[in-house]
Amino acid sequence: MTLAVDWFDLVLAVLVPFLAWRVLATEDLFRAIVLFIVFGLLLALVWVRLQALDVALAEAAIGAGLTGALFLSALGRLQRAAHSQAAASQTVTTTVPTHQIAELVSPSSVAGTGLTLVCTAVAIALGWAVLSLPTHESGLTEQVQSALPQSGVTNPVTAVLLNFRGYDTLLEIGVLLLAVCGVWSLGRVHVERSDLQPTATSPVLQVFVQFFAPVMILVGGYLLWIGASAPGGAFQGGAVIAALAVILLLSRKDITLEQRSSWLRMTLVLGFVVFLAVALGVIGIGNRFLEYPTTWAGSLILVIETALTVSIATILAVLFASSLPPYASAESTPSVQEQHE
Amino acid sequence: MSLNEWVSLVLTGLGAFFFFAGTVGLLRFPDVYTRLHALTKADGLGIGLMVMGLALQATSGMVVLKLLVIWLLVMFSSATACHLVARAARRAGVQPWRRP
Repeated sequence: MTLAVDWFDLVLAVLVPFLAWRVLATEDLFRAIVLFIVFGLLLALVWVRLQALDVALAEAAIGAGLTGALFLSALGRLQRAAHSQAAASQTVTTTVPTHQIAELVSPSSVAGTGLTLVCTAVAIALGWAVLSLPTHESGLTEQVQSALPQSGVTNPVTAVLLNFRGYDTLLEIGVLLLAVCGVWSLGRVHVERSDLQPTATSPVLQVFVQFFAPVMILVGGYLLWIGASAPGGAFQGGAVIAALAVILLLSRKDITLEQRSSWLRMTLVLGFVVFLAVALGVIGIGNRFLEYPTTWAGSLILVIETALTVSIATILAVLFASSLPPYASAESTPSVQEQHE
Repeated sequence: MSLNEWVSLVLTGLGAFFFFAGTVGLLRFPDVYTRLHALTKADGLGIGLMVMGLALQATSGMVVLKLLVIWLLVMFSSATACHLVARAARRAGVQPWRRP
């Protein structure tokens, strides 16, 4: 049994760097994106083998699923822009100017040699650092396990994320909000009306969404709830619900996420506001910032995680929706021209 | 090994064989429609056999139920994905391969 597992680990250890190289070396962008999605899935398997199941769930949902969807959407936009700008005789293959990059990093150039030396030195230093780690160090597991009864949950990952290192998670959700602000500040895309697809979406996709919508909401809610005692949590549940939002946006042309909607903005900031309110509110009881009272810790964590799930789902859905152009039926308000055209 | 484990091994091995056959079809068939046909059908059968093989090794009824739900969801989504890819290829103007 262990021999098969060792072979599986070996195959993974060979495949993952190989895929990473192929993702970067492929000239066709669509192929590179598909390989990137496969790479994300294999990385999730690597996390499973390292027994980091929460990270594996997040990697499969966000790294492979949502990031892949974002890349494909961006690629569609690039191709649309290339179509509208290219003359009839030009080809519209989406290749990266790899020859320019290859010239820079080829060993013959001075910059290339310097880069190679620096990368080799960093790789050797990292390898020495990893190899000099003690092989059977348990890390902080004992401290976390001994403090676990005070944290309010029984899953050590959730305890670390939401209680012991709650400050990091609070800043993470703030960073996500900043990402939405950055994406929205790029303005809405001005799309030629001839580029907009006039055809209806597939009825098969619509039935698919009708069947999967309750299932995915249930799975997202389950992941949120089970995060207290088993692998799961707010990020994973939010990513599943965001995936539902992505297929909803793809299946219907009349749904858009309007930036000016106050409901949308309130949902976006809900997670951050609730987390910050709890973190500051405990000061009123006499504790320090983010120090939950021990008897209330479990309930507070659940409240924070629920708000985080809603916010993360909305943030990821908005990030995806911002890459879609408005369709012919929905676009009636004036839009701002893109700054780099 | 008991009979249960033998049957489970055979079923899972058959499922792996069908996955392999689907991948061979993906690599060898001439155009996107035939590749989709081979891949989706073979993968659907492969995952059904694998789920049956794993269900025989399950430790409780809940695990069997979860495996069946996974099978159902994968069938549904792989069929939808196949349809969407074929539809997009048709819209892009890809013609079905004809014997020359």
